Amino acid sequence: MEKVAFGEMNLIRKGAEASLFQARYHDLRVIVKMRLRKSYRIPELDSEIRARRTIREAQLMREARMAGVSIPALFSVDPVNAWIVMQYVEGARLKEYLESTSPQDGCRLCEALGCLIGRLHRRGVIHGDLTTSNMILSSGKIFFIDFGLGEFSQKIEERGVDLHLLRRALSSTHYKRAKQLFEAVLRGYTAEVGAETANEVKARVKSIERRGRYVSER
Amino acid sequence: MNSRLNPCSSAYRGKSNLICLGIESTAHTFGAAAASSDGRVLADVNDIYKPPTGSGIHPREASRHHGEVAPGVIRRCLREAKIKLGEIDLIAFSAGPGLGPALRTGATVARALAVWLNIPLVPVHHAIGHVEIGAFSSGARDPLVILVSGGHTAIIAYAARRWRIFGETEDITLGNLLDMFARSNGLPSPGGPAVEELAKSGRSFVHLPYVVKGNDVSYSGLLTAAEEKAKKGLPLPDVCFSLQEVAFAMLVEASERALAHTEKDEVLLVGGVAANERLKEMIGVIAAEHSAKFHVVERRYSGDCGAQIAWTGLLSFRGGVRVDVNKSFVKPKWRLDTVDIPWRK
Repeated sequence: MEKVAFGEMNLIRKGAEASLFQARYHDLRVIVKMRLRKSYRIPELDSEIRARRTIREAQLMREARMAGVSIPALFSVDPVNAWIVMQYVEGARLKEYLESTSPQDGCRLCEALGCLIGRLHRRGVIHGDLTTSNMILSSGKIFFIDFGLGEFSQKIEERGVDLHLLRRALSSTHYKRAKQLFEAVLRGYTAEVGAETANEVKARVKSIERRGRYVSER
Repeated sequence: MNSRLNPCSSAYRGKSNLICLGIESTAHTFGAAAASSDGRVLADVNDIYKPPTGSGIHPREASRHHGEVAPGVIRRCLREAKIKLGEIDLIAFSAGPGLGPALRTGATVARALAVWLNIPLVPVHHAIGHVEIGAFSSGARDPLVILVSGGHTAIIAYAARRWRIFGETEDITLGNLLDMFARSNGLPSPGGPAVEELAKSGRSFVHLPYVVKGNDVSYSGLLTAAEEKAKKGLPLPDVCFSLQEVAFAMLVEASERALAHTEKDEVLLVGGVAANERLKEMIGVIAAEHSAKFHVVERRYSGDCGAQIAWTGLLSFRGGVRVDVNKSFVKPKWRLDTVDIPWRK
């Protein structure tokens, strides 16, 4: 494993499972994503989860790029110490942007978003945590970040869960327009994966919702 | 107690301090409690149906139990609250979600009292009751709520007249998981305390599946795996220990993610499993790391109880919620994010 000096590291975000630092790496402005030890977990469980997710995140990002989806460029990965060095992407999180922009623009963006998710799924990449906090809008392009909970799968179930999580993220965070936004996502998704697959996935999203506690229409 | 949370500043029928009798009967507990709108629980009496070891709650048996104990529980509640029936201003009841037969028993008692006394009847969503009694007893104002019970496992926060769900279980609840594991290993009901006790003497960690999907968790695979490990003859304390560690870590991870996402500065843990010391410790850690104040529902109100219904009944009534007796149907299935919350800001 290479020895790296990151220079001065500034904590910019403390996420749930990792902390993001802004740093310099070979004269590049980078993000160092560190999966810190979680003291609430026992060490056996903790190191297993951190190593596994670090490796998988890097693999998934690489695949996402191959699928033609924008991600921060990967510079270095260390599974033992559980960190990843990646490009610093300048921009706004979709979470804030969607709240500030017009309904039309929001729908347009969500349609593009659906299309990108379709690309990921076609390539067998399940993001695993599709919330609008995990998307950055940078010069008109949507960058996906945080693949830490993702997996490789072509299964309808996993694709369904992926979209279900996004639907729920939209309805809890962007509740005023959640329905239109999610419909836009599905339009883009359908255009990308085709009606046949899209219908299967959409039906699965419905059945996953019905599995929730105390849903009245079974 | 919490005078700043005083729900009824406006007078009703010339009275400024209202007394609500709350009836709880969603699952194994039949409870009656009296709460007053100056922010006090006057009495909280609960009688829990205990299924025989090795079996779960039978809805019919639970409802029979509730019917049998109801008069005694209510009488004791009034005696302890030092009030007479005529002093009650409104009746609240758990209208759902829960076991149909159990709900109907409580609702029947509540309707009868409301008609007899000619006072308003207020339906309460059981889970909202857990949340409000948690906020009441801890002083939490606008928290991220982690609701863990036999009926719910959800991570929620309030916005614009609804509790919004940020994460939840995709199959069984944390309470189910512990109960079902306990049941299949001959431990007494409720399973949570039994598993917690055994886990204390567990030493070595047994590998079990850890399933987090975004902000959601899934416990059904974990239950099967833990049952298999126990069947294979691994020491039960070790399996209990590992089951708790994995199940709780999953929930805490999802909660931490929701906390980072919502940026709330308070965390409130409510529901029956909130009594678990290890879970409290783990959630306390993430709350501290995100500089959020950590609240836990008072121990005596963590499990199902009349107080959660009585107090939430008062809040709801202030918000204008009430129901005609002839329309007061119970709702065995009732999503908590569909409940209109007119009383919170």
